[in-house]
Amino acid sequence: MSEPVPITINVNGRKRSAMVEPRLLLVHFLRESLNLTGTHVGCDTSQCGACTVLLDGCSAKSCTVFAVQADGSEVQTIEGLADGDELHPLQDGFWEEHGLQCGYCTPGMIMSAVNLLENNPAPSEAEIREGISGNLCRCTGYQHIVNAIQHAAERMAQS
Amino acid sequence: MTSVDGPVLPKLIGERVKRREDPRLIQGQATYVDDIKLPGMLHLAFKRSDIAHGVIKSIDTSAAAAIEGVELVITGAELAEHLGPMPIGTPFPAPDHFSVATDKVRYVGEPVAVVVAEDRYIARDAADAIEVEYDELPAVVDPEAAMEAGSATLHEGFERNIAVESYWGGTGVNPETAQPEDDSAVDAAFAEADVVVSQRMMNQRLAPNAMEPRGVVAHYEPGREYLTVWSATQNPHILRTLVAAMMGLGEHQVRAVAPEVGGGFGCKINIYGEEYTAAALSRLVKAPVKWIEDRTEAFLTTTHGRDLLGYIDLAAKSDGTITGLKARIIADIGAYEVLLTAMIPTLTGLMMNGVYRLPVVRHELTEVFTNKTPTDAYRGAGRPEGLYFLERAVDMVARELDMDPAEVRRKNFVPADEFPFATQGGLVYDSGNYEPCLDKALEVADWQGMLAERDAARAEGRIVGVGLSFYVEVCGLGPSAVVPTGGWEHSGVTVERGGKVTATTGASPHGQGNETTFAQMLADHFSIPFEDITILHGDTGVVKQGIGTFGSRSQAVGGAALISAAGKAGDKMKQFAAAMMTDQEVSPEDLVFEDGRIQVEGAPEVSKTFAEVADFAYVPVPLPAGMEPGVSEESFFEPENNTYPFGCHISMVEVDRETGETKLLKLIAVDDCGNVINPLIVEGQVHGGLAQGIGQAMFEEVVYDEDGQPVTASFMDYVMPRAADLPVFELDRTVTPTPINPLGAKGVGEAGTIGSTPCVINAAVDALAPFGVTHIEMPLRPERMWRLINEGGQS
Repeated sequence: MSEPVPITINVNGRKRSAMVEPRLLLVHFLRESLNLTGTHVGCDTSQCGACTVLLDGCSAKSCTVFAVQADGSEVQTIEGLADGDELHPLQDGFWEEHGLQCGYCTPGMIMSAVNLLENNPAPSEAEIREGISGNLCRCTGYQHIVNAIQHAAERMAQS
Repeated sequence: MTSVDGPVLPKLIGERVKRREDPRLIQGQATYVDDIKLPGMLHLAFKRSDIAHGVIKSIDTSAAAAIEGVELVITGAELAEHLGPMPIGTPFPAPDHFSVATDKVRYVGEPVAVVVAEDRYIARDAADAIEVEYDELPAVVDPEAAMEAGSATLHEGFERNIAVESYWGGTGVNPETAQPEDDSAVDAAFAEADVVVSQRMMNQRLAPNAMEPRGVVAHYEPGREYLTVWSATQNPHILRTLVAAMMGLGEHQVRAVAPEVGGGFGCKINIYGEEYTAAALSRLVKAPVKWIEDRTEAFLTTTHGRDLLGYIDLAAKSDGTITGLKARIIADIGAYEVLLTAMIPTLTGLMMNGVYRLPVVRHELTEVFTNKTPTDAYRGAGRPEGLYFLERAVDMVARELDMDPAEVRRKNFVPADEFPFATQGGLVYDSGNYEPCLDKALEVADWQGMLAERDAARAEGRIVGVGLSFYVEVCGLGPSAVVPTGGWEHSGVTVERGGKVTATTGASPHGQGNETTFAQMLADHFSIPFEDITILHGDTGVVKQGIGTFGSRSQAVGGAALISAAGKAGDKMKQFAAAMMTDQEVSPEDLVFEDGRIQVEGAPEVSKTFAEVADFAYVPVPLPAGMEPGVSEESFFEPENNTYPFGCHISMVEVDRETGETKLLKLIAVDDCGNVINPLIVEGQVHGGLAQGIGQAMFEEVVYDEDGQPVTASFMDYVMPRAADLPVFELDRTVTPTPINPLGAKGVGEAGTIGSTPCVINAAVDALAPFGVTHIEMPLRPERMWRLINEGGQS
């Protein structure tokens, strides 16, 4: 064990400072230190994407990032996605299109989709499927997730 | 008719109602086990065997115990002073199985010691610091070799590693004696057949891989002698029963909670050693403890599914009429029997009757111990294996006779007028109407068009195939006679002051959406707004009794219990309402629920609001004669039989000649699960099942090397279906209600995994048929397909 080091991360628009062990994973910093338990751990090896957050605007698997690596960065998690009481179009899309069942992969899936739509606001079905291929879902067979992302893309294009 | 104020409430059963579970889940506000924090909570980590088979010589815990922040290090032998061998839920003989191994390890991942520490990082460090020495024994890996004389054995008293042997045949089991009938008829059928197909087929071992790994928090309160266990389980009431027994407590001293549970798929039915260990160690260290599985632990220790080897023979006449089936099945159950291990493969033989008239059957089953992770239920649990064997064999008959696979099936269907239909294995199919389902599937898929498309593709030199399967499965488990835990379900319905309704269900969901569908049902039953209903589940402190969610039983058994309890609560509401209408001399039998009112049928002006009656029920002055105050009713629903949904799946695949990679181009599923409460949720269930069934056909396999070392212990090596691997599924339904429950609903949770696997493999074999290929083992790895294209034969 090494000595704790100071970090400051802007999480969901709020500056959070802490002393952390260098080996502390970002996902554990979010979940254990900040009680932001919406970000989940599904595999520990960055294969499943349940832990996906936005790190300086890009999707990142927070189980494979040390908290110290995120020092000075901006992190957005599922808890910071809605605008007050108004759901993000992707959250709304997942609800409308039954894009989730057990819900465990959902926060990571939504955060990946946020990044996907930022890079490609009008993706084809194939591009959506490719775009979320870093995220595993065992419940839905992905079809309603694809519909949910299309739903959100259409709504975001209108607004 | 006088008009009455208030909105007309739409009927919700059969509607695509958005799930009420979702707002918490899409905002990261749900509470899974790992989200629970208790004051003073400590963390567990397990030291696990890294060899498949061996005797524990020594365990050195000194380095681990010396780490700052470590509270306790305990070996299996020490823990055995607090915890006996684990119970199982089947009547079969089973060897002792301790939560943590005491003297011998029998699979990689089996725990040998446990650490309790301040945080999970320290607990992990300490577990890694434990030194274990083993006398290694030969690993038993191949189940056929395991049965040979001279093989190493896992357990004393189980010679040749055989756990269970069963046999039935001839014209079936004699119900009087439970013995096989004379089965010379089977030999005669095969001797007289025009065509016999024989195939050795593997239904490979799979990892269930719920996205949420297992986890448990246990809190024993010494002053109260009361234990609370939060666990990622499918069945908190069974957890309570078994943990209480293991801890020497009564059920009144244990509360089990399944909070938000991130998928189950059968692997969270079993009550695991880690759950018992957490309970025992919480009592020992006098603090709440938490254990959260990591993914590699999940691959090594959460129960696997399938792993059945079948030697299948099917006899038929030249016109396609099936005349006999022989199945010899060897189940590799891994190192131990856990809760339902030995029962699952028995379902395979029972369901191998499929949708057909089978005049004679011979069925042999041997369940074998090997040095692998124990098996138990995985989505479908016995049915996917049986239907895979059967539907492959039926396809082989069609190919042998050069008949359309749809027509061979049609020719052998149990006709609609023969239901209820008793199978050779003693099951009674409740209802069925197979031909319209087949016709609809052929129409939706445009089967003739698909055949033409395949032929056109072949003419261009592409490797394309089409496949079809027709399944029947068993759902709605119960009844109690066949479910070791009891096959009923429980529900409670309380009409609260103000007319809102709280209901409880023992069908503890983990993604199925019961909060939504059950609220739909109550909204219609009482004709009150959907928003006025809360469904509680997953907590034995709140839900008085229950069995749980498995075997596609939530609606067929849990829903039936809900409606039964609602019926009782509704009767009482009507009695109170009638008592409030003294001036009109209304009988409760004249009353109906309509748009938030309780009214005389056809006369809304003679009515009370639901809320008024609810308020009166809690302050009943004067109390109607013979009644007690309040409206809180409960029901245990015991089904008289299972339900038997069915369906037809059709697919098209293309294989890349250069790489051997298989692409699934189309999948059409026409399922019949009886009446449907929420089509949106049913579609979701079918989609997910299809992905898992396709996963088995194309991608997934748990692999062990010759030393019993698992080589697929992460998502790096175990191939899960991803979004880009799957086509857009086309779904449709036929509706054949069941008479077994008042809803007419059969269950749909497992259907997709059952029909899709043989359908995809049938398509793959069709694709490679021009190369002389007659069978392909799963999964459809590119290397396997490339070899078949280039070398022909079988894989």
